Amino acid sequence: MKKRYLIPILYIAFLMLPIYWLVAMSFKTTNEILSGFSLFPQTFTLENYAAIFTDPTWYWGYINSILYVSLNTVLSVCVALPAAYAFSRYRFLGDKQLFFWLLTNRMAPAAVFALPFFQLYSSIGLFDTHLAVALAHTLFNVPLAVWILEGFMRGIPKELDETAYVDGYSFPGFFVKIFLPNIKAGVGVTAFFCFMFSWVEMLLAKTLTAVEAKPIAAVMTRTASSAGYELGLLAAAGTLTIIPGAIVIWFVRNYIARGFAMGRV
Amino acid sequence: MAQIKLSNLKHSYYPNPQGPEDYALKEIDVTWRDGGAYALLGPSGCGKSTLLNIISGLLMPSEGRILFGDSDVTALPPDQRNIAQVFQFPVIYDTMSVRENLAFPLKNRGAAPDKIASRVQEIAEMLDVVEMLDTRAAGLSPDNKQKISMGRGLVRDDVNVVMFDEPLTVIDPHLKWKLRSKLKELHQRVQATMIYVTHDQTEALTFADEVVVMQEGEVVQIGTPVDLFERPQHTFVGHFIGSPGMNVLPCQATGDHAMFEGHEVALEGPVTGDGGTLTLGVRPEHVAIGESGVPAHVTKVSDVGRHFIVEAMVGQTPLKAVLDHGAPEQGSEVRLSFDAAKTRVYRDGWIATQERGA
Amino acid sequence: MRTENQKAWLFVIPVLALVAFNALVPMMTVVNYSVQETFGNNQFFWEGLGWFEQILRSDRFQAALGRQFMFTAIILAIEVPLGIIVALSMPRKGFWVPVCLVLMALPMLIPWNVVGSMWNIFTLPKIGLLGYFLNDVLGINYDMTQQPISAWITVVVMDVWHWTSLVVLLCYAGLVSIPDAYYQAAKIDGASAWSVFRYIQLPKMKAVLTIAVLLRFMDSFNIYTEPFVLTGGGPGNSTTLLSIDLVKIALGQFDLGPAAAMSLIYFAITLLVSWVFYVLMTKDDQP
Repeated sequence: MKKRYLIPILYIAFLMLPIYWLVAMSFKTTNEILSGFSLFPQTFTLENYAAIFTDPTWYWGYINSILYVSLNTVLSVCVALPAAYAFSRYRFLGDKQLFFWLLTNRMAPAAVFALPFFQLYSSIGLFDTHLAVALAHTLFNVPLAVWILEGFMRGIPKELDETAYVDGYSFPGFFVKIFLPNIKAGVGVTAFFCFMFSWVEMLLAKTLTAVEAKPIAAVMTRTASSAGYELGLLAAAGTLTIIPGAIVIWFVRNYIARGFAMGRV
Repeated sequence: MAQIKLSNLKHSYYPNPQGPEDYALKEIDVTWRDGGAYALLGPSGCGKSTLLNIISGLLMPSEGRILFGDSDVTALPPDQRNIAQVFQFPVIYDTMSVRENLAFPLKNRGAAPDKIASRVQEIAEMLDVVEMLDTRAAGLSPDNKQKISMGRGLVRDDVNVVMFDEPLTVIDPHLKWKLRSKLKELHQRVQATMIYVTHDQTEALTFADEVVVMQEGEVVQIGTPVDLFERPQHTFVGHFIGSPGMNVLPCQATGDHAMFEGHEVALEGPVTGDGGTLTLGVRPEHVAIGESGVPAHVTKVSDVGRHFIVEAMVGQTPLKAVLDHGAPEQGSEVRLSFDAAKTRVYRDGWIATQERGA
Repeated sequence: MRTENQKAWLFVIPVLALVAFNALVPMMTVVNYSVQETFGNNQFFWEGLGWFEQILRSDRFQAALGRQFMFTAIILAIEVPLGIIVALSMPRKGFWVPVCLVLMALPMLIPWNVVGSMWNIFTLPKIGLLGYFLNDVLGINYDMTQQPISAWITVVVMDVWHWTSLVVLLCYAGLVSIPDAYYQAAKIDGASAWSVFRYIQLPKMKAVLTIAVLLRFMDSFNIYTEPFVLTGGGPGNSTTLLSIDLVKIALGQFDLGPAAAMSLIYFAITLLVSWVFYVLMTKDDQP
């Protein structure tokens, strides 16, 4: 083995340590945690997980998160597809300004929007719904989706469009039957990113929900503060939030590097 | 500067090659004369790029040795071999100017600044790129980029060999011939050994004094363009070089005659060896239509400008003839005669007739 | 080449409507608050630019802004070189590549509050792996909840842990797009490892590095959840970054006017610095 591989190995070890600790904690009893340090769980227990899967506030937290994240992903990709196509294929009045304006929304600190979002979604009666969080997350996911998709679409030669029209395809027919299959990878990567950023975001999701659509992340903060230090339970809940991310990333593993470069290499 | 000798070279990309099919190079013994212009010709995947990378030191051969003059360089890294290589896609250091690009190989070897300057100037003049010396290399057109990467190879005066790996692939067709004649001119001026890898017979035959034809990891013939055309050592060479390629026909042989579709055909000389599968090889250019000979049925005649290509059936076997004039009607019955001095028998692909007087 | 076509606007309308709804309406609200004073009961009084002046002059804001810039500068100074080094030393092909990439991307897929909790659990003295190791094995006195320095280091290390992989993945994408011929030519030209990096790898990574630095700048400047969960901005105000301060004022004290003015100033700084970065890093591309 080459010596330089030591660097990524050490780096990955550094990344895995806190995750290992979280997982290890989740299998320990509260007693063991409070009684002092132990590298491995001494009395292996599943009671923390049992607590989560039997308590509706806990498992509904997961269901709520997955619901609004999926809703956001579908919404973001669907509206971004035609826009990205327009940016990659046509010049039109104000296109550059519009593109930059979209990107500025990616730069906006979520904290700036927390309060006005609360008021906006309360006033239109969407407060504490999955739709509210899904819509709010489009603020940063739609610009990102447009950006990534545009990068992938630019790599498809325009001749493809022209050939399809010559062959007698209508625009919608061409878009669905010819164009989409060609940027499959791009759509997958975009969906992955929308999923990821919606899944990890917490400030807006917490601000826009109270009971009905409360995300798992918000349930966790409540537990940590009200019921004292139930570290085992917290660790188990945290461990469970890693799993969806790990599953989706496995699907895009071959496009991951190119995806992170926004299709621009 | 030295002659280059490849001895018993074998290479496999597998760690433990089992049979001959695991080898990208089967058994190579070639000597390249100092100052020669060679072409390495073969279809894609025949191992010619592998061979090139072994000579340049980018690959270590599984077996065999490479000698530059008398010294064994098999284990030397590329930068210590004093070789230059031009790749299929132009390799340019984007952030440097053209001048810095050309100076780069000299600078890395610690040459004196005034020597670098004069050498760069000299090469730039040779390549007609003097006026772009101070522009950024990133903005150049593909053919100019390719010129610069050639220049980087030529700038060192101690190179043993300059190798070109299909260097004209990305060049516009109308610029190809220009760059090709530039190359030829450069070879005459710098007198370095040059090896030009290509799958295009026109490029190979116009550039090289000697062509090395490869197929499936083996060298099948080394010779001048005329040799390859006039006396192919292997049916592959006959078929690959020439347009249309040599007719390869099923036959039996006795003494210095061959039997083809029940007709006797005269050969250049007696047949050697025995066993194996025999085929008859004759180029379309050496097939004539006349009063006597093998009866054939003309299936197609095409006029390709300077001559006619006649396709005919002899029994169940199709063959082609090239005629300058007097092409027969399509569908007519004719008789074909083969030029005996250019008609040979091949055993398992390899030539199996002796040249008369040789 | 792209063709001129004004009908393309039709394709953009859904995006425009959605983002405008989410960006413009709240932005108007913020602007509206920023120029008014309220004493509750939905009664508002015109304040003009008073809040802006007050915020810009306040020590509290300046301190938070200073901490914010320091934080961003430190994490950029660590994450960019570290990311480049890791990307350079990774294998280019083979079975281990997707494994490496997936493991490296994992921290980015963890909800931000979980990242905070995870590092909290990890660094607790006596109980946490790192806390135990530092205090009881190495004998270093380390307690994030008491010592500002420990808190700072922990927040920085957490961000390095969380986001360096973004730089790695971007650089890696740039590196694998370099054809083998470049490395071979460099070998033949006798280039040193440093020359290969300087003249081949770095130029090819430039575009992706631009994206990496921009994204890392924007996101680190907007960071809220992770340090909030980890330290709550403490001890004292030592790790109170801009977003944390803003939320304290807006949702904690419900001082809508100052919070709104601060939001606008904050947003303006983010935009301005991002734009400067963007222009600086892309100006070489102009012919």
